[in-house]
Amino acid sequence: MASEKKFEPTNPTLKWVEDRLPIMGLIYSSLGAGYSAPRNLNYWWNFGVLAGFMMMVQIITGIVLAMHYVPNIELAFDSVQHIRRDVNYGWLIQAIHANGASMFFIVVYVHILRGFYFGSYKSPREILWFLGIIIYLIMMATGFMGYVLPWGQMSFWGAKVITSLFSAFDFIPFIGGGIVEWLRGGFSVGQPTLNRFYSLHYLLPFVLVGVVILHVWALHIPGSTNPLGIDAKGPYDKIPFHPYYTAKDAFGLGVFIIFFAGFVFYMPDFLGHPDNYIKANPLVTPEHIVPEWYYLPFYAILRVIPDKLMGVVAMFSSILILFAMPWLDGARIRSMQFRPLSKFFFWIFVVNGLFLGFLGQKPTTDIMMGVEALLLAQLSTAYYFGYFIVIMPLVSRMETTKPVPTSIAAAVLDANKKG
Amino acid sequence: MMKYIKIKGLMATIASATILFSGASVNAAEEGMMHPESNGFTSTGIFGKFDIPSLQRGLQVYIEVCSACHSMDLVAFRSLEDIGYNIDEVKAIAAEYDYEDTFDDDGELITRSGIPADYFPAPFANEKAARASNGGAMPPDFSTLIKAREHLGFFSSTYGEDYVVALMVGYEEDAPEGVEMNEGLYFNHYFAGNQIAMAPPLFDDIVEYADGTPATLHQTAYDVANFMAWASDPTMQERKEMGLKVMLFMFVFVILLYFTNKRVWRKVKKGEDIDPSKL
Ligand code: HEC
Ligand code: HEM
Repeated sequence: MASEKKFEPTNPTLKWVEDRLPIMGLIYSSLGAGYSAPRNLNYWWNFGVLAGFMMMVQIITGIVLAMHYVPNIELAFDSVQHIRRDVNYGWLIQAIHANGASMFFIVVYVHILRGFYFGSYKSPREILWFLGIIIYLIMMATGFMGYVLPWGQMSFWGAKVITSLFSAFDFIPFIGGGIVEWLRGGFSVGQPTLNRFYSLHYLLPFVLVGVVILHVWALHIPGSTNPLGIDAKGPYDKIPFHPYYTAKDAFGLGVFIIFFAGFVFYMPDFLGHPDNYIKANPLVTPEHIVPEWYYLPFYAILRVIPDKLMGVVAMFSSILILFAMPWLDGARIRSMQFRPLSKFFFWIFVVNGLFLGFLGQKPTTDIMMGVEALLLAQLSTAYYFGYFIVIMPLVSRMETTKPVPTSIAAAVLDANKKG
Repeated sequence: MMKYIKIKGLMATIASATILFSGASVNAAEEGMMHPESNGFTSTGIFGKFDIPSLQRGLQVYIEVCSACHSMDLVAFRSLEDIGYNIDEVKAIAAEYDYEDTFDDDGELITRSGIPADYFPAPFANEKAARASNGGAMPPDFSTLIKAREHLGFFSSTYGEDYVVALMVGYEEDAPEGVEMNEGLYFNHYFAGNQIAMAPPLFDDIVEYADGTPATLHQTAYDVANFMAWASDPTMQERKEMGLKVMLFMFVFVILLYFTNKRVWRKVKKGEDIDPSKL
């Protein structure tokens, strides 16, 4: 079963085309029966396909929105309302796009954490992992600029806060002082800012598509890893992608669409901020300026260090450190199923990440559990970095691991024997 | 066992996420500010529907009272058809207003009366004029105001329409002991900071309802809040109705996909294709 089949059309027309442009064969061998995957993939492996689905959803709905949206500071807010009120099914398209950004991030966060848990970043998948981090960075930039477009209060003040972060680099000779102005296209956030953000918000998703193609290409070299983390090498370790994983992905996608539709139809504003229903007003500062939920953990890290430059450096490092993971983790076994101690610290890392997100939307001066939120955020940030810099290198190298099955097929038979 | 641990970790994660973010958006309450209670608006909830008679009464309150100060720039007369008026009634409502935005053949500015395609006119020419007539405060536009005052959380939510009702009935003629009132501001239990520049706009019998409903303070507050909620989110009912169809379809479809998947995997799942001697 393991041998990869080739696409050999019998229909003469298809054969004629295929001989000249083997595009059907390309699809067949990347998503069809010609591509084979480990037979034991669980539902966590659905999230890559879900992310691809969300990317398409964002691009398609975005193109329709762009037909009606007006990138002008006087008209942007009203044009989004016009989409929701007057454009045929505009309310649906707009709700899908605005909530879709959040869904995209949920899916990608699960996808990344799946990689943590099952050691997907380890050899030979390092470049695949790097491309994933680049995708994530592009998503963050795209989401940020998209959130500015409706030109509500949070759009405006969020843009102001985030662009002013770059003044931390003022010390760099020659370019330093001008970075913020250059980003904004002026001394303050205004028409030039909105225009360039719109342009980039339209561009970046297509750059994203390019990087995603590389990501999938890099995936197809070694193929997927699997929950056991052992290489698929025996004749029975792999099965064709179609029909097995097309069926499984279709079911997962259906469940995900129900979740997504729940937000779109019943809680379209749940993930947004009420202040973004107020037109941007440079003279009125909102009480708390908070970014979108998906940036909150990083926002918390940013505010932990009182020094602006160091805060910004910490924030960027918190993502860039993912690039070092293939070397920080020295374990010979990929999957945390066989690394109980790593697994324990992993789940603390996940809960800690959620806690950072929670702190990100609180003023740092809030008192919580008897202490200032700032202190809690500092402790939480210490764990975040400690996980990568101390726990991961040490635990992965010193931990006593559990016995690993000899092959995927053997594990499948074993599991069935036990019932 | 493995599965059990994994699920335990996942459950703990989901539980902590829920606890952490449950308070996320309800933390807006400030000291001395009361929390609006729910009025059971028919538009909230999964099967939410617009209460047409109430919306029509609310429109009357808006036109006769609030529109003296509050604009509603994004609502066109034509959309009043959605709240149960026929086109002739819409034309009649629009014709009550005059617009100075067209020129005759000699290039002279002319005054024309409104048509269904027009939007509700603003009471003041600009923000300066609005502030000048309101002691320096700006009466906010009603088009999206309800949404801008909505705080949604996992366990408890405050809807903008409940806030507006509370605001209308939450005035106190005399500020409580120890509260120092600023000149020209009114004490209100529900307004952030408790001092609002808007004089109590509603009281019993401020309007005479066309449908004969007694126009108590609470009734007019409820109706106008309902109307404002519609103005902020006119596609609410269409959205929820479509949502129901989508959900029903998706549930059936997902069940079919589930069994398809199970069927496809039947042999492979059990490892029936594996020849143990070749491992
Ligand atoms: C005489 C002018 C006037 C009238 C009439 C009036 N308002 Fe206001 N309203 C104001 C002003 C001024 C403010 C701004 C108050 C402030 O910021 O302190 C305001 C603010 C508000 C707010 C926003 C409160 C907040 O949370 O910021 C709501 C809601 C509101 N009005 C509802 C109504 C309704 C409903 C009516 C009609 C029944 C009405 N108003 C009639 C002048 C008026
Ligand atoms: C990576 C994919 C994308 C992400 C994460 C993303 C994210 C966002 C976000 C968060 C908003 C704000 C929505 C709101 O608050 O109403 C937005 C708005 C918008 N996006 Fe995107 N977007 C993506 C792709 C695209 C594409 C490909 C286009 C155009 C081709 C596009 C066009 C628009 C337009 C016109 C708006 C403004 C209209 C509106 O706010 O509803 N987006 N986007």
